[in-house]
Amino acid sequence: MNRYRFKVLWGFSKGHRMQFLLAFLFALAATGIGFINPQITGKTIDSVLGSEPLTLPDWIMAPLNQLGGVEWLRANLWILGIIVVGLALISGLINFYKSKVIAVGSEGMARDIKESLYAHLQQVEFDYHVGAETGDLIQRCTTDVETTRRFLSVQVIEFARIVIMAVLSFVIMFQMHVGLSLLAMVLIPWLILFSYLYFRKIQKKFTEVEVADGTLSTVMQENFTGVRVVRAFGREAYERKKFDGKNDDLRDKVYSLNKDFAVFWSVGDIFSALPTMVVTIAGLYLTVKGELTLGQLTIFFSYLGQMMWPIRQLGRMLADMGKTLIAVGRIDEILTLKPEDSGENPQTPPLNRDICFDHVSFAYKDGKPVLRDLSFTVKSGETVAILGPTGSGKSTLMQLMQRLYDYTEGSIRIGEVELKHIDKHYLRSRVGYVLQEPFLYSKTIQENIAITQPDIEEKFIHEVARVAAVHDVITEFEEGYGTVVGERGVTLSGGQKQRVAIARTLLPESDILIFDDSLSAVDTQTDAQIREALKERRAGTTTFIISHRLSTLMQADHILVLDEGRLVQEGTHESLLQEDGLYRRVWEIQNAAQKEVSEA
Amino acid sequence: MSAIREEEFQSKKVEWSTWKKVLHYAMPYKRDLVTIMLCMTMSGITDVLMPMSTAFAIDNFVMPGRLEGLPWFALVYLGLIAIAAANVYNFSKHAGKVECYVSHDIRKACFDRLQELSFNYYDKTAVGYLMARMTSDAQKLADTIAWSLVDLAWGFVFMIIAVLGMLLMNWQLALCIIALLPIIAVVALVFQKYILNHQREVRKANSRITGAFNEGIMGARTTKTLVREELNAKEFNDLAAQMERSSVKSAVISGMFWPVIGCFAAVGTAFVLWVGGNHVLFGGMTVGQLSFFLQLSGYFFEPVLNFARIFSDLQSSQAAAERVMALIDTKPQITDSPEVIERYGTCFEPKKENWPEICGDVEFEDVSFQYDGGEKVLSHFNLKVRHGMQIALVGETGSGKSTIVNLICRFYEPTSGRILIDGVDYRERSQLWLHSNLGYVLQSPQLFSGTIRENIRYGRLEATDEEVEAAARLVGAHEFIEKLDKGYDTQVGEGGGRLSTGEKQLISFARAIVSDPALFVLDEATSSIDTEAEQRIQRAIDRVLEGRTSFIIAHRLSTIRNSDRILVIRGGEMVESGTHDELMELKGYYYHLYTNQFQDEQTQQILGAKGAGSGEEAE
Repeated sequence: MNRYRFKVLWGFSKGHRMQFLLAFLFALAATGIGFINPQITGKTIDSVLGSEPLTLPDWIMAPLNQLGGVEWLRANLWILGIIVVGLALISGLINFYKSKVIAVGSEGMARDIKESLYAHLQQVEFDYHVGAETGDLIQRCTTDVETTRRFLSVQVIEFARIVIMAVLSFVIMFQMHVGLSLLAMVLIPWLILFSYLYFRKIQKKFTEVEVADGTLSTVMQENFTGVRVVRAFGREAYERKKFDGKNDDLRDKVYSLNKDFAVFWSVGDIFSALPTMVVTIAGLYLTVKGELTLGQLTIFFSYLGQMMWPIRQLGRMLADMGKTLIAVGRIDEILTLKPEDSGENPQTPPLNRDICFDHVSFAYKDGKPVLRDLSFTVKSGETVAILGPTGSGKSTLMQLMQRLYDYTEGSIRIGEVELKHIDKHYLRSRVGYVLQEPFLYSKTIQENIAITQPDIEEKFIHEVARVAAVHDVITEFEEGYGTVVGERGVTLSGGQKQRVAIARTLLPESDILIFDDSLSAVDTQTDAQIREALKERRAGTTTFIISHRLSTLMQADHILVLDEGRLVQEGTHESLLQEDGLYRRVWEIQNAAQKEVSEA
Repeated sequence: MSAIREEEFQSKKVEWSTWKKVLHYAMPYKRDLVTIMLCMTMSGITDVLMPMSTAFAIDNFVMPGRLEGLPWFALVYLGLIAIAAANVYNFSKHAGKVECYVSHDIRKACFDRLQELSFNYYDKTAVGYLMARMTSDAQKLADTIAWSLVDLAWGFVFMIIAVLGMLLMNWQLALCIIALLPIIAVVALVFQKYILNHQREVRKANSRITGAFNEGIMGARTTKTLVREELNAKEFNDLAAQMERSSVKSAVISGMFWPVIGCFAAVGTAFVLWVGGNHVLFGGMTVGQLSFFLQLSGYFFEPVLNFARIFSDLQSSQAAAERVMALIDTKPQITDSPEVIERYGTCFEPKKENWPEICGDVEFEDVSFQYDGGEKVLSHFNLKVRHGMQIALVGETGSGKSTIVNLICRFYEPTSGRILIDGVDYRERSQLWLHSNLGYVLQSPQLFSGTIRENIRYGRLEATDEEVEAAARLVGAHEFIEKLDKGYDTQVGEGGGRLSTGEKQLISFARAIVSDPALFVLDEATSSIDTEAEQRIQRAIDRVLEGRTSFIIAHRLSTIRNSDRILVIRGGEMVESGTHDELMELKGYYYHLYTNQFQDEQTQQILGAKGAGSGEEAE
């Protein structure tokens, strides 16, 4: 499992590995310079200010001797200052470039992951989004990506740097004094182990805090959304008690965690201070005994100091790794979902042909049958109305037409071509589909209508808005077509949304139009007006309308009545009135209702 | 969840008056604050003593080459370590306490205030806004208070002691290093400002991305039908690129900060080597003292950096502080007068023994009403309802029928005129008295996490299990509840999310019934229940409402045919009033509405389709 996730993680870094490598090299270089600084002060104390002979590599000694050797240095101590500042500049530059390549690499990677997540979520099958949990998905796309980014960019490189630095420090320190080095090292593995174990231990508390936090949020959220209920029942005191309980609980849990942290930091401090102390005392002893120079002792200190802090972080990093791997797994779950495809050799035939449904059945993946053995033919250019109770499969039948689902048995042919062989994108771009509860994007109304053709001329937009009887509504808004809708803007009523959705579907040319009960929230008069305008505009377009309004049904060329997934009646208004069935029952009731009202 | 409010990202000047109010919340923890200060003072001292002791060791053991006293030195050193560790433990613990206690107290203050604030506040405040104030903002303020104090206290003490120590050892060298302080302070402040601004850009970009994901997922099905996958992805990629750009920019600026500071620190070290070295060579300074300066030059500037960071923290949380304090300082629009509180108690401490019995007569006496700064919704409205009557309110959205109901519930109070209950102005009684006698069922039924039983009992906390079940039976909810795995002990989920809207509505109905109120308000209460269940409920309603004064707002006019009186409201005025039959005869507005609706309703009964009818847009 984890090995697989590491592989996924490695895959994420693709395209940015050069940056990560560079970052690592920069980190190494900066660490290297970090090793030089203590050497300068050490040598200064020993040989420039003290009287030990100066030992330096030849390539430095040679020019130095030419200038006058140690004596010259003593007379010009500012040179040392310049060197220190110079080194700081160089390491500063290196560190800066390190941060920069890390940022470029890791942010680029995060962008890649996010882009592929987004694209992928758009491409998965229609069915996936029917039951998807938006909150959870968003968390995967944002928080989990950020966790992964941080791990790969900061922690991995830092981890490698710490390990290399520790090894180098050991080597140099061992060269100076084996015994002292051993003394210094003896506690370090324990420090790492301690911080690792401790972090694992309190991770449970982290979860508890998260849960308490979530519970408290729920209580608040429910109180604010339900403020009317709280007030109407006079439950302020009760709510306060409930809130206090959860609020106290969260406080106590966080405090307990903070106390654990206090232990963690202070024990960690002792763990890292003890080696320093041991080295100090032993070092002083050795220096006095002459086994070590004072300069060497300061170098020793510096190296030890440089190492301690990062090593303390090591345990935490290891403990954090688990979290990252979980995040990677969650991201990967989305990316490995199967995107939909059109099958082999998708075709793009003309669609303004007769449509033949031949023993079509459909069942959801869980085996629940929705459509059973439907057979009928729709002539090109016909207007087909579909009537049926909730759950009779009307919408599913229409969704087959856009290949949002593929029928499981039988065959649907448009002209001579099997629907399943038609390219999905081509099909959907030629089949306009208005959902019952359409989604508008948080853009302006104009952009929403022109959503499939952003560059289209304004007059076409107004034209379709007029057909959908929404032009006047829009122009009444303060900002007219520029009104932003959705989350960040104006909330439209259900009927307004439906009409904007109709306009946006009418904008491109279609061979087939489907209205999935999409005039349900529009009043009868407007409904009729829209259908009239449609007829003029879309002569020759095959049109499906799901509706239960008699006026709509009556005017259709062809009426299908569905019940429990079966085609129970088929015909025209006149022919169906002759039959005993659902259609006539609806007609009678609506008629009777009309009568009762006019008599009352 | 992802609406971008520019306000959240504003940069503000630090206003001390706001912070004084915030500090008020830290006052109960004075002892912890004092402990923190003491710890940090100790910490500041030991942080100077550590390098001093090495300096001492060099001068007293290494230079003269003797070992006497080394064990004592070890002991002192060990003592310092122990003190430092104890300090770390103590200040972490106490600052940790202040952090979570202060955020707890701020949340509590906000919540208590929110229980008192009137609906006019909730009308213009989104729930998300409140949540943000009480979670992230409260946390931010507590963090700032607790940890800034730690850094400030340490910084001041450390700085003073270090400066003193340096001056005493070698004042020339000390001055050289101190001279760097103001330069570093300015550089740090400038950097922090840029860093803050860039981080803000990143957060903004991030919230746009979250919004885009939200939309991409919510609208995925529509996107498919429109074949807009590629265009959407292209738009998203623009956002992702923007996020990448601003993140990199922000990282680059932050990445510059430490190297620049490092260079200045190196200048300090250079001074030490140069000036200090000369002093060592030509007298005036020991090697130990030089090592003291060398060690110190590494972290002497840290306090200044801390100060700069704290300042930028204050800046970035200024807006949060203002918003939270403003919330706590908001005055509720509707309050009980001191006399009323004296007599009947507050909503948290009621004096139920003084409460009068309620009969249920309701009267509007020349009532006018307008929402805050809005136009008049009701003007000079008069209405007299005798107890036990069933009143139906009919009218289109925005006609004022909900306002009338809200006024009865005293969720709002008349701008002028009076509302009398049992002949007494309801402002002379406490809000809780009225609400305790009120049954209220809403169009969007709001349940609370917990079991079904708990939710029904919300109506009357003392109700027995039998009474709860009886209420559920009465509204016809018992059957479906019994069918659930755990019956009445089934968890309803957040906001009742595990139940269907219709089921939630039934439970909210039972909840109102169990409270046995004298006044009943049904605000489009049956709109989400299927026709069959509605008929069942309708019968229950008639039974339940008997003997109680009730106000019903109904979308489906067929449900109010039996009301004692139907009021037709248009533009804040009562245009028609009478029984169903009388109004039908009148052939006025009611007749028109009823005719239009009847057809759709009937059809719907056969087809069970939702969204039927002269829906939201009738007229």
